[in-house]
Amino acid sequence: MATTAISVTHERENYLNKEYGVKSWLLTTDHKRIALLYLLSITFFFFIGGFFALLIRLELLTPAGDLVQADTYNKLFTMHGQVMVFFFLIPAVPAVLGNFLVPMMIGAKDLAFPRLNLLSWYLLIAGGALMLYTILTGGVDTGWTFYTPLSTAFLNTHVITAAVAIFIAGFSSILTGLNFIVTIHRMRAPGLTWSRLPLFVWANYATSIIQVLGTPVLAVTLALVGLERGLHLGIFDPQRGGDPLLFQHLFWFYSHPAVYIMILPGMGVVSEIVACFSRKRIFGYKFMALAVIGIAVLGFLVWAHHMFVAGISLYAALVFSLLSYFVAVPSAIKVFNWTATMYKGSISFATPMLYALGFIGLFTMGGLTGLFLACLGIDVHVTDTYFVVAHFHYIMVGGMVMAYMGGLHFWWPKISGRMYPENWGRLAAMIIFVGFNLTFFPQFILGYLGMPRRYWQYAPEFQVLNVLSTAGATILAVGYLLPMVYFLWSMRYGKIADANPWSAAGLEWRTPSPPPTHNFEEPPVVTWEAYNYDELKEAPGER
Amino acid sequence: MSDSEAVLTHAPGLQEHFATMEQQRDASTMGMWVFLITEIMFFGGMFTAYMVYRHAYPAAWAAGSEHMDFWWGTINTVVLICSSLSMAMAVRAAQTGARKALVPLLILTMALGCAFLGIKAVEYHGHWIEHQFPGPDFRFAGPDPRHVQIFFSLYWAMTGFHALHMVIGVGLVAFIAFWGWKGRYTPEYYNPVENVGLYWHFVDIVWIYLYPLLYLISHKHVM
Amino acid sequence: MSEHIVPKRTYIGIWASLMCLTVVTALVSWVDLGQWSAVVALAIATCKALLVVLFFMHVKYLSQKMTILVIVAGLFWLGLLMALSMADYGTRVLQ
Repeated sequence: MATTAISVTHERENYLNKEYGVKSWLLTTDHKRIALLYLLSITFFFFIGGFFALLIRLELLTPAGDLVQADTYNKLFTMHGQVMVFFFLIPAVPAVLGNFLVPMMIGAKDLAFPRLNLLSWYLLIAGGALMLYTILTGGVDTGWTFYTPLSTAFLNTHVITAAVAIFIAGFSSILTGLNFIVTIHRMRAPGLTWSRLPLFVWANYATSIIQVLGTPVLAVTLALVGLERGLHLGIFDPQRGGDPLLFQHLFWFYSHPAVYIMILPGMGVVSEIVACFSRKRIFGYKFMALAVIGIAVLGFLVWAHHMFVAGISLYAALVFSLLSYFVAVPSAIKVFNWTATMYKGSISFATPMLYALGFIGLFTMGGLTGLFLACLGIDVHVTDTYFVVAHFHYIMVGGMVMAYMGGLHFWWPKISGRMYPENWGRLAAMIIFVGFNLTFFPQFILGYLGMPRRYWQYAPEFQVLNVLSTAGATILAVGYLLPMVYFLWSMRYGKIADANPWSAAGLEWRTPSPPPTHNFEEPPVVTWEAYNYDELKEAPGER
Repeated sequence: MSDSEAVLTHAPGLQEHFATMEQQRDASTMGMWVFLITEIMFFGGMFTAYMVYRHAYPAAWAAGSEHMDFWWGTINTVVLICSSLSMAMAVRAAQTGARKALVPLLILTMALGCAFLGIKAVEYHGHWIEHQFPGPDFRFAGPDPRHVQIFFSLYWAMTGFHALHMVIGVGLVAFIAFWGWKGRYTPEYYNPVENVGLYWHFVDIVWIYLYPLLYLISHKHVM
Repeated sequence: MSEHIVPKRTYIGIWASLMCLTVVTALVSWVDLGQWSAVVALAIATCKALLVVLFFMHVKYLSQKMTILVIVAGLFWLGLLMALSMADYGTRVLQ
């Protein structure tokens, strides 16, 4: 195979060079191109959300509120949360990696509804544009949670445009979920039974169930907030006998499962990576598949644990606390099974594996601290403090973003036909790991000591830990910039990748890198179980 | 894809990424049902709000319901049920290739849908001039106007979203009627008609619940 | 096509049943049944909805059982939202 990568371009037709021109991208129905459109979009939003994060950390370098006004600070954390949740985390793995890989992993030519897929992307862009407009015209300061009656009756910021932006983005999410469900049910290759599916597909399937069942409730809730604010319908307004807690019930009915929308696809990625770099079948495949479904279902039963101190009845609090303990069980099963997969495996520490290992450790910490919060007594002490902030960032950033990065590195050869520079990859992974822990571990302590969240100033005794956190954030930012640079570099100068550089199992590795538009010349007929690493050769080679 | 495969299965209307018409049809129908589930959850949020408040303020709910127009509500229910019949017959016409019946039935469905919307407009106007729209101008002569205002908030929101779905439905039926007139639908390919039918029936079902929940709470009906 | 074609008579019969049930629910609403009014009204509405789902929407004639699972799952989920919300509202003392 060619060793001089620079001048030899891929002469074989693939999905990237099949057609050129802006129109061929903006009107594409190829799931792989749509995945790349999403990749560009969410990277853009990641930078916007990250920018707000840096401003927050800059303000928190000193106890006094000296960088921005209090109201501005409220806008900073609101916009950080809304952009990161709705325009980065929710679409990230499903819309980028899921879109690219799910059809290939099941041996199909495309998703069930390719035009709907493109519409999903346009909806994200439309919502994103409206969110940008909201930001540029002064932002919104309700917190990403839009609690009433603050959002409906007491603020003069752009609540409605933000709500509409998220409403539109929600439909992007719903349609993607719908597409995946029908695709996975109806378009699997002959012989590919449910019990032979890669766990990445199971994870996206479970995620899609949540997207389809939960997001509409968010949509109607935001619509009601808009109607209340704009037309004075008084549904959540206590002055008219309404109950602000009703908003919270409806909001969290979606927003708790939403965190599982964010993490489940990442878990799917980790399963693929751990199996490949341990050269072993995933331990307990059936339980892993059931666990993602279990997380999806149980995740819908716990939402009021965000409302323990808001005024729900003690009886309800007890019920939701108990259910919240249950939802940890399938997650724990997954962590144990990944560990068992690695036991006596032949482990190599390529960049994707470093991210996967980081995920397992950090997700475990985040998950365990979630159990702390599920305990009513502890929750009363640490709710609305930095303990909660640290908990969810351990899962979202330490877990989800790491899984996303791991997945990008693992499948980059398939997506681009090039290898990224391995040493830079490992370096960036380690910088991210160090930066992440330095940013967020101090926040557990801060929260426990009593520093409230969403305040723009704090008591002076908290300053040292805050400075450490900000230092960590700076390192983290460097860590995220590195892959941006070397991925772009690799598209021109990276080593040309063959079809299966990792000798990984999975139908996607049986196509050329990059794949042709229709993925497979003939639909494959599957006669083997998933993760058949005992049959695959050790050394990377042509397949 | 191999030539023999193409010859055997490439019927008109079969999209490239599907292997057979049956797969395409099954996927299309499943997709429509999954979409209807999302609509169940969308309306479900409002039904939940309704349930929570009715449980808390039953007297206010009854008082508000007494001011609904029983006759218009009942007539509208009848109108929608008739439109469901014409829609079901239209889908059947597409299924059996009865081209001549398809378009008139679809137009009848649209007409009944528009009748529903017209009656709704009359009702809304009536509520509006009675100051039964929530906000600073809301007026209610009776006990507990605070909570009655919430009833009306939910009334306007729920029927408003339902009416919006009706408008979209009429548009979809018009779209299908146009392509039906152009001869696009055959017994082999009529899935779009069936899917629009599913949507229409779903919107009818939402009204089947809205009618008793909004109009029939109290046994007293103010005429 | 393996699709079952429903006879016109069946559709008209279902329509007639729906009309009857509508008349019944309208008439019953004039009677003071106290707490049972809501139960009766919802029961009738559910019968009507079932008729529409099973016959007009062809669920009775489906070959794909997955569709039924999808519908049941959706309704079950709505039930979860309502039931667990009532776990709070049903146990609170409201002014």
